[in-house]
Order: sequence, then structure tokens, then C-alpha cells
Amino acid sequence: MSDLNLLYTDVEDDLRSSVRDLVAARSEPATVAAVYDGDRSVVDPLWRAIAGDLGLAGLLIPEERGGAGASAREAAVVLEELGRSVAPVPFLTSSVVATTVLLAAEPGGPADELLAGLAAGERTAALVLPLSAGPGEEAPGFTVDGEGRISGSARSVAGALEADVLLVPVRTAQGTAVHAVRADDARVEPVVSLDMTRQLADVTLEAAAGQELLGASAGGDAVRSGLEVGAALLASEQYGVAQWCLTTTIAYLKDRRQFGRVVGGYQAIKHRLADLYAAVESAGAAARHAAATTAAGDADSVVSTAVAQSFVSDVAVKAAEEAVQLHGGIGMTWEHPAHLYLKRAKADQIAFGTPAAHRARLAELVDLPVA
Amino acid sequence: MTTTDPRAVEEDLRQRVTDFLAAHDHTTTDRLEFLRARYDAGLAWVNFPVGHGGLGLPRSFQTQVEVQLAKAGAPDNNPRGNGIGLGMAAPTILAFGTEEQKKKFLRPLWTGEQIWCQLFSEPGAGSDLAAVSTRAVREGGDWVVNGQKVWTSSAHKAQMAILVARTNPEVSKHAGLSYFLCNMDAPGVDVRPLRQITGEAEFNEVFLTDVHIPDSQRLGDEGQGWKVATATLNNERVAIGGGGGGRESGMVGVLSKTWREHPERRGAGQHDKLMRLWVDAEVARVTGQRLRQKLAAGEPGPEGSAMKLTFARIAQEASGMELELLGDEGLRASDWTMKRPQHVDFTGRDATYRYLRAKGNSIEGGTSEILRNVISERVLGLPSEPRVDTGIAWKDLPR
Ligand SMILES: Cc1cc2nc3c(=O)[nH]c(=O)nc-3n(C[C@H](O)[C@H](O)[C@H](O)COP(=O)(O)OP(=O)(O)OC[C@H]3O[C@@H](n4cnc5c(N)ncnc54)[C@H](O)[C@@H]3O)c2cc1C
Repeated sequence: MSDLNLLYTDVEDDLRSSVRDLVAARSEPATVAAVYDGDRSVVDPLWRAIAGDLGLAGLLIPEERGGAGASAREAAVVLEELGRSVAPVPFLTSSVVATTVLLAAEPGGPADELLAGLAAGERTAALVLPLSAGPGEEAPGFTVDGEGRISGSARSVAGALEADVLLVPVRTAQGTAVHAVRADDARVEPVVSLDMTRQLADVTLEAAAGQELLGASAGGDAVRSGLEVGAALLASEQYGVAQWCLTTTIAYLKDRRQFGRVVGGYQAIKHRLADLYAAVESAGAAARHAAATTAAGDADSVVSTAVAQSFVSDVAVKAAEEAVQLHGGIGMTWEHPAHLYLKRAKADQIAFGTPAAHRARLAELVDLPVA
Repeated sequence: MTTTDPRAVEEDLRQRVTDFLAAHDHTTTDRLEFLRARYDAGLAWVNFPVGHGGLGLPRSFQTQVEVQLAKAGAPDNNPRGNGIGLGMAAPTILAFGTEEQKKKFLRPLWTGEQIWCQLFSEPGAGSDLAAVSTRAVREGGDWVVNGQKVWTSSAHKAQMAILVARTNPEVSKHAGLSYFLCNMDAPGVDVRPLRQITGEAEFNEVFLTDVHIPDSQRLGDEGQGWKVATATLNNERVAIGGGGGGRESGMVGVLSKTWREHPERRGAGQHDKLMRLWVDAEVARVTGQRLRQKLAAGEPGPEGSAMKLTFARIAQEASGMELELLGDEGLRASDWTMKRPQHVDFTGRDATYRYLRAKGNSIEGGTSEILRNVISERVLGLPSEPRVDTGIAWKDLPR
């Protein structure tokens, strides 16, 4: 097990501040909350600014394929910031998951054009699986007929509403192939979601035209690695969510008075926050470790991803629940942004496999069988 | 009833219900007339005194009456629609009200003709309820009330409210409070919706501007408001956390149902967690049963706080687990539109609602932190936190 750098480089710090500045300027909690009332006008401009203006959509794409040639470490930093602001953009679904799937395709093939479009921030893709599917749970719900027409459906898909191209895992006798289908050729029905800042959709294809990007020999592994990297980097988003909850709660409790005293001065509260701090710091390390091993192509990445998802998911939920609780009545309101974080944290906990599923997977990986 | 043999009491009660049903055919009697007659027959809440809807029996006999009436198909008083009235206002009025107040308010409260809400919390006085700054000033035979209340559940559909206000700012904060019964349709009562985490507006802000309350609607003595409010809060904690349903009646029942319906989602780790919660809920149920037996005669004290603490924890853990168990279905909600719910149903609706609404369980009626203080200081007798707000006039408190 190598000793990977779990801190942030100067480049990563710069990246963080540019994302933070942009998001702060363009999306406030109140505008984000509007997505729950069906007003998604914040989504498109924000995503275009992040993907195009900042050029972040191509972070994971090598330079020779039109991208920025960065790694999972940098993408993780972006996700920390997007989590901290519950930004309603498809960075994770398009620039991480779908992009990772496509990168499995040989250069010089049909995936190149799409990758270049993604890198330029001109196109947005989504892998058509339920958001809840974790690594190893990628059973595709689609089949292809003799003429290459694809049919089937998938429920609760994230990123499909924002995507113009869908990456559809297709079941064949030889294994899973991945086809690209234009979103216009699919029925994409929005779903009222627990987390409307990452709104889901049900996707149905009826003999839709598609283009095979990954054949049955490569598609299954590609999808699995998309989910694996998605799970690894989701932990950084969750860490960002948890950090916001912790810092916002501390700030509130330094100010709020009851019984003539600052509430944060009560020892019961101080201890709670100290415990939460320890958990959030640990979550940061676990998330960073998953990102670093993924970036390095380290053999430990699968274990560190399962560890991160087992641990950080629950910490983010805990932090959000504590934020609501420790704000008292105001934490239960629509007006206060805490609910946006609670909903994101809870949805993220289920996304890419629940902590229970990751613990079960981890048990196998580290040889601790249940019976 | 003089006998104390429970079986004889049961038999007598059964006969009373039978006679009542024979005298009042619910299929031909107007619902409200039927309910009023039930109240007058002492079959509304049997633990209340004769003359106020009861028979002076232990609380535990109520279930029998409800079951017998329900079996006969008789209408009930829709208790879900008036939780604050039945669970909190009624026992407080019974304990502190004058004969006249009991006569005037308890019957329409029980029948549901008057829905009640609770005007306690303020922006600056939540956990520290005794710090309320809503003022009530005597003017002839009336009190004139000015101030702002917040988080008032059901204020939009209530006809009456229990209200805590400051009648004397010159004395220490606990000593300067009085307790009132306020008409919500009085001029100067302004109710504004407050949207909450579930998307809907179950609670409200209530602005009180020169609201007149007759002195006859003061509950308890002037300056005794804190004592009366504490009785309300103790009842509230039992009402929220006291259970009373059967096995698997609460959130764990909902979770268990989901578990049984989704074999494909089961896992070893979750199973252990489920069983722990199931056991916790079952133990909470019998703890509640025991607490109710202890309380059979008297009024709830601070002990009920432990029940509410446990209730909130289980409701939150079980509803959180249910979402995880549901997986991609748990990621779907049903509705975020701003609405005015007719009643609150902790275990109803969809899993997302249950999870989010349960977050309120550890805040409403006293936060779990405050309940821990109540238990440690008032039940266990541990020394209190250093206080800076005692022995000093309310008006001189640091804010
Ligand atoms: C769903 C819901 C319905 C409600 N309905 C009503 C209603 O109908 N009528 C009504 O009057 N009120 C109602 N309330 C208000 C509720 O009683 C208050 O929100 C609650 O008492 C907390 O007060 P607060 O919101 O001001 O929080 P604060 O008192 O400011 O508390 C903030 C945080 O600090 C903690 N804290 C405060 N003091 C201490 C201490 N000494 N030691 C340790 N921790 C402390 C609290 O536990 C909390 O976590 C409702 C609240 C909710 C959420």
C-alpha cells in the first residue's frame, strides 16, 4: 500500500477557488431551492459555465483526446465544491461516470467524437442505469434487435434530463455492450425526486436508433469502472455536503442564544460538534484516499472506494441531520437551506450503492465472509 | 363507579356503551349530536371527571370504549385532526381551569368543533420558552396582547389557542408569565404560512396585534403561566412519544412492512439493524404501557421526556433505514408542492415524507437536547448548567 498524497496541491487549491467563486456568483441556495418547484432555470447556465467557461467537463479526458488530462484528484476537488453548494449540475453523471465509461473505448473509434464534444463542454452524456446502482449492480435493462434498434427501460436515472446523449448498456449473449442513443430518440420522463438538485428521470427506449461505442467484450467492464469511479468520487461530493453542514451549524450556534447563553457554549453541544468534526475530517481523508488511489490506478482503489462509500455516505447524512436538529425550528423550514443538504445527503447515501451494499462488497474484498 | 375490580369496571363500562348506543342510533343521529351525547354520557375520555366527558376511571379503560364504539360503526371525533387540543390543551384546562372554563371549552374541544393550536414558541424563545416576549397588558376586564409567535402548527385551521405571554417584565422570567386561552378569530390575530422541509406549510407564524382576551380566559393565576405551561409540555411529550398503539404500530411497523414486501432488497447487515430497531420499538411500547399505568391516576411529570426521546430516535432511524432499503424507489418523492395539510401523519404518506417529517420529532415539543436536560436535572437530580438568567428581572436579561 503506497503512501499517496492525501492533501491538496497548489493546482488543486486554485481549481477549488475558481469553482467556488463561480458557483457562489451564479447559484444561491434560494435559486437552487427553486428546482423543487419545477423552476430549473438555474441549471443550464450554471452547467455551461462550469463545463464550458471553466472547461471542467473534460478534466478526466486525456489531452490527446481533447480533454484537460487531469485526474480523479482534480475531479474530486470539483465535486467537493459542488457538494458544498448542492449545485444542480450533471458533472458527476456526465464528466465522471459517462466519461469514464467512454474512456474505455479504443482511441480512433466511434467514441472519439463524443469524447471531444464532452471535453469541449458542448455535449452532455448520462449512463442509463438507476442512480442507486453500485459497482457490480449494473444489470442492463435494454436489448438490441437484429437491426441495431434498442428497447427497454430504466427507472430513476440521474443526469438524463440534462444529457443530449444517453449511454445505454445493452444485454447481449456475449455480455454488455454500450450504445449511444440521442436523448431526443428516448422517452425521458422527469421524476419527482428526493433530491431535486439531482433530479432523476425514467428512460424508455422503443426500437430507438443507436450507435455501438463499446462491444460486448468491453462494455461490461467499462460500465463497471464508470460506477466504480462514480462511487469513489461521490465520496468527495458527500464530504463537501458534510463540511457545509458542519461549518454552517457551528457558525449558527456561535451566534444563537437561549437561556441567556450562546448555545454553542453548552458542553453537550460542544461535544456533539467535536464528534461531528472528527467524523467529517475522517470522511475527508477517506474520500481523498479513494480519489488518490483511483487517480493513481492503485490496486487498492476498489477497497478504498468501498471504504469511502461505507463511511462517508453515513457521515454526510449524519452531518445534515445534525444541521437540521441543531438549528431547531428554523432547520425544519423551506427557507433555510439545510433541507437541500439533507435531501442531497440522503439521496447520495443511496446513490452508487448503499453503505450496507458497500460493506458487503468490502467484506468479500478483505476476506471477512459473513458466514 | 365505586368498585375497583377491573373486571367489574369493564363489564359496567360495556353496559354503559351498549345502553348509550341503544339510546342514540348513530345511523339516524347527526354526527355532532351523537358526539355531544357521547361526551355527556361520560364516554368521551373515561379518565376525565364525571360532568366533563368522563367517568373518573383510569385512562387504560378508554381503549375498550373506542373498540366497542368502532365495532358498532359509530363516528369518532377525528382525534388526528385535533392533536394539540386533545393531547395538550384538554389536560391543562382540566388541571388548571375553573369549573366555568371546563364547562365552556372541553366539550367543543373533544367533539372537534373547536380545533386548538399552541402559541408558545417565538423567534427568540424556543428551547428557552420562559423567555417569551409577547406581552399581555391588563386593560379593564381584558388583556391586550402584542407579539409574534412562530412554528405554530395548525394555526390556520384552529379556532382556539393556548397562549403563553408575559404579564410582568419586572420579575424574573419564569415568574412573569401567564397562560391564556385565545380565540384565533379575534381581531389582531394574523396567521401566515411557514413552508417546511416537506414542501408544505403545516406550521405558521402568528402575529398578535392588540388582541383582546377576556380575563375569564386566563388559565391559572396571573404569574403562574410557567407552571401551567410545564403541565402542557409534559402532556405534549407523552402525547407525542407515549405510544399507546400495538406492536409494530409506529415507524418500525412501516419499516417491517417494507421489509416483508421486498425480499429482493434484504441483506444481512440491514437485517440486524432492522431487528435492533424492532426490539427497541417493542421495548418502547411496553415502557409506554408501564408509564401509563404509573400515570393512571396522576398527571404526567418529567418522566414522559424519556419516552419522547426514544420515540424520536426510533422514528428517525427507522424512516432513514426505510429509504435506504427502498433503494432507487427511495430516491423518488411524491410531491413538493406548497400545500396546507389537513392533519399530520407521522407514519403516513410516502417514505420521503416520513423521513423528513420525523426530523421534527426531536425538535417539536421540546428538543431532544432539552429533554435530556429535563431528565438529568429534574428526574435524576443532577446539578443544573450554570445559569445567567435566574434571579434577575426579565427586562434586564442579556439578549
Ligand atoms: C414540526 C414542528 C412543529 C412545531 N409546532 C409548534 C407549535 O405548534 N407551537 C409552538 O409553540 N411551537 C412549535 N414548535 C416549536 C418547537 O417547540 C421549537 O422549535 C423548539 O422548542 C426549539 O426551539 P428553537 O426552534 O427556537 O430552537 P433553539 O432553542 O434555538 O435550539 C437550537 C438548538 O440548540 C439546542 N439547545 C438549545 N438550548 C440548549 C441547551 N440548554 N443545551 C443543549 N442544547 C440546547 C436545541 O436542542 C437545538 O438543537 C414546532 C417545531 C417543529 C419543528
